[in-house]
Amino acid sequence: MLVYIAKRVVYTLPTMLGVALVCFMLVHLAPSDPLVSVLPPDASENLKQQLMVLYGFDRPYWEQFVKWLWRALQGDLGTSIRTSRPVVLEVAKAVSNTLMLSALATAIGFLLGTFFGFVAGYFHDTWIDKVASAISVVGVSVPHYWLGMVLVIIFAATLGWLPPTGAGPGGSEAWKWDWEHVSHLILPAITMSVIPMGIIARTVRALVAELLSQEFMAGLRAKGLSELGIFRHVVKNVAPTALAVMGIQLGYLLGGSILIETVFAWPGTGLLLNDAIFQRDLPVLQGTILVLAMFFVVLNVAVDVLQTMLDPRVMRS
Amino acid sequence: MLKAAPADSSALISRSPGYWATVWRRFRRDPVAVGALAVILLLLFLAILAPWVAPQDPYYGVTLRRLRPPGTDGYPLGTDELGRDMLSRLIYGARLSLFMGVTPVFLALIVGSVIGMTAGYVGGLVNTLLMRTIDVFFAFPSVLLAIALSGALGAGIANGLISLTVVFIPPIARVAESVTTGVRSRDYVEAARASGAGAFSIIRHHVLGNVLGPIFVYGMSLIAVSMILASGLSFLGLGVKPPEPEWGLMLNTLRTAIYTQPLLCALPGVMIFLTSISFNMLTDGLRSAMDIKA
Repeated sequence: MLVYIAKRVVYTLPTMLGVALVCFMLVHLAPSDPLVSVLPPDASENLKQQLMVLYGFDRPYWEQFVKWLWRALQGDLGTSIRTSRPVVLEVAKAVSNTLMLSALATAIGFLLGTFFGFVAGYFHDTWIDKVASAISVVGVSVPHYWLGMVLVIIFAATLGWLPPTGAGPGGSEAWKWDWEHVSHLILPAITMSVIPMGIIARTVRALVAELLSQEFMAGLRAKGLSELGIFRHVVKNVAPTALAVMGIQLGYLLGGSILIETVFAWPGTGLLLNDAIFQRDLPVLQGTILVLAMFFVVLNVAVDVLQTMLDPRVMRS
Repeated sequence: MLKAAPADSSALISRSPGYWATVWRRFRRDPVAVGALAVILLLLFLAILAPWVAPQDPYYGVTLRRLRPPGTDGYPLGTDELGRDMLSRLIYGARLSLFMGVTPVFLALIVGSVIGMTAGYVGGLVNTLLMRTIDVFFAFPSVLLAIALSGALGAGIANGLISLTVVFIPPIARVAESVTTGVRSRDYVEAARASGAGAFSIIRHHVLGNVLGPIFVYGMSLIAVSMILASGLSFLGLGVKPPEPEWGLMLNTLRTAIYTQPLLCALPGVMIFLTSISFNMLTDGLRSAMDIKA
């Protein structure tokens, strides 16, 4: 088992290097000069050259990459052009806000998704299955940024029950777990939970339906096992995969929160990325994407390892 | 012999229908899938015939008549924030929205299949190199990769298409690679090689036939995701630029009227939702008709 885990981790290192390379190239992919947002349009050629040297843009690409990677490994992602604060600080605060939102969304999505999936799989090919499956298709098909707007229209604009945007009084700096702040989390979390709900429901439905059609299930029933006992067998078989899907979905939500955070003005990585893109703050863009992608890679490995520990059959296949 | 009775020949056909005829017959019996196909064809029809179907010019607005609710005289679905006819803009919007959603998947199908089939057929070091490079792109959540790329490249239709194509190449290449690797070691491919068939003729006759079906259905399922992502890019202000009518962009510009005209604001999103759910249901129907596991 330990050997397997070690192998899995070592296998990830080249991927991580590749991810870093892609993030590094993002800045040089930009059609405009990376200094365009720092320099005034009438800057002299001399000043431009000086800044190029200062930022290290005059060096060959590979040298820039090695230096950038070395600094990044030590936790230095550069300085934000917009706020002049270290990128690491900006990203850390945003990541913690996004993590809070996406963890809650994943939890809601997992609970609803496994419920609908179980019901649909258990009553396979009945009208209950059709309704539960329809809900999961809606979940994966709905443009979630639009769903967010619709929820704002209903619960904020029309009913006035919940606040439409932001993170409560004082912003995310003054976050407390009281109603005044938590109420801001409800609409974005529900909006976000729809995607994992649909995907988990689909996965669980297929697993449960297949499992119940297998011969050992008929055997267990013939033995006189109660429905509750059957249910326990199903849960044991489905849990590792369902949990693995949930873990991966958390990663997707962390990286994909930008649209929902824009709708709800939630102060997370999405809003940070949005600002960075439109104000050409390339170090922040690069740093945020690097952190989110690395998080996703690590999460994938963790999910793989956990799944193997829960279900040894995974390793053999 | 040449004058076979028509009744006989039709009997012959119904006794041994081809693969696609069987798929079509099974597909036809699924009302949900047929309905989804009808919706998609209708949207396609509207997109192509927009100049004749749309009641008004989608770019011409009267500021005095801005943000009228649906049901206003002369404007069946109301007017947008610049007083342009909503119905006409939604119809014209089908053009860019469908184009931005379908094109990246189509391009990625070509590039991804070539990469995947090359890796699967050649195998060895080439496979390792190609597939490990693909793995790097898998390390990014798809929404993040699309936004990162088009954020770095800047707004615009071409940049949006490039970013989305890059997002869809890795999953397609992976499916193509695994199917090709599976086919390569089959006995009949071995036999073809033994009888002197070259690499290209083996790929054309044996690999392509096996790869195209699964890849095609997989590509269809990606269109739903692609529609949401493409409109999402425009919603953020990347992708399509104003004043072009595109559903994601319309959703963004109407966001300011969310308190005054809530129903109007929600309309472009309904179109995106309708398109993406239709593609998802069509794919589900095709999958069960072709008997392919998800």
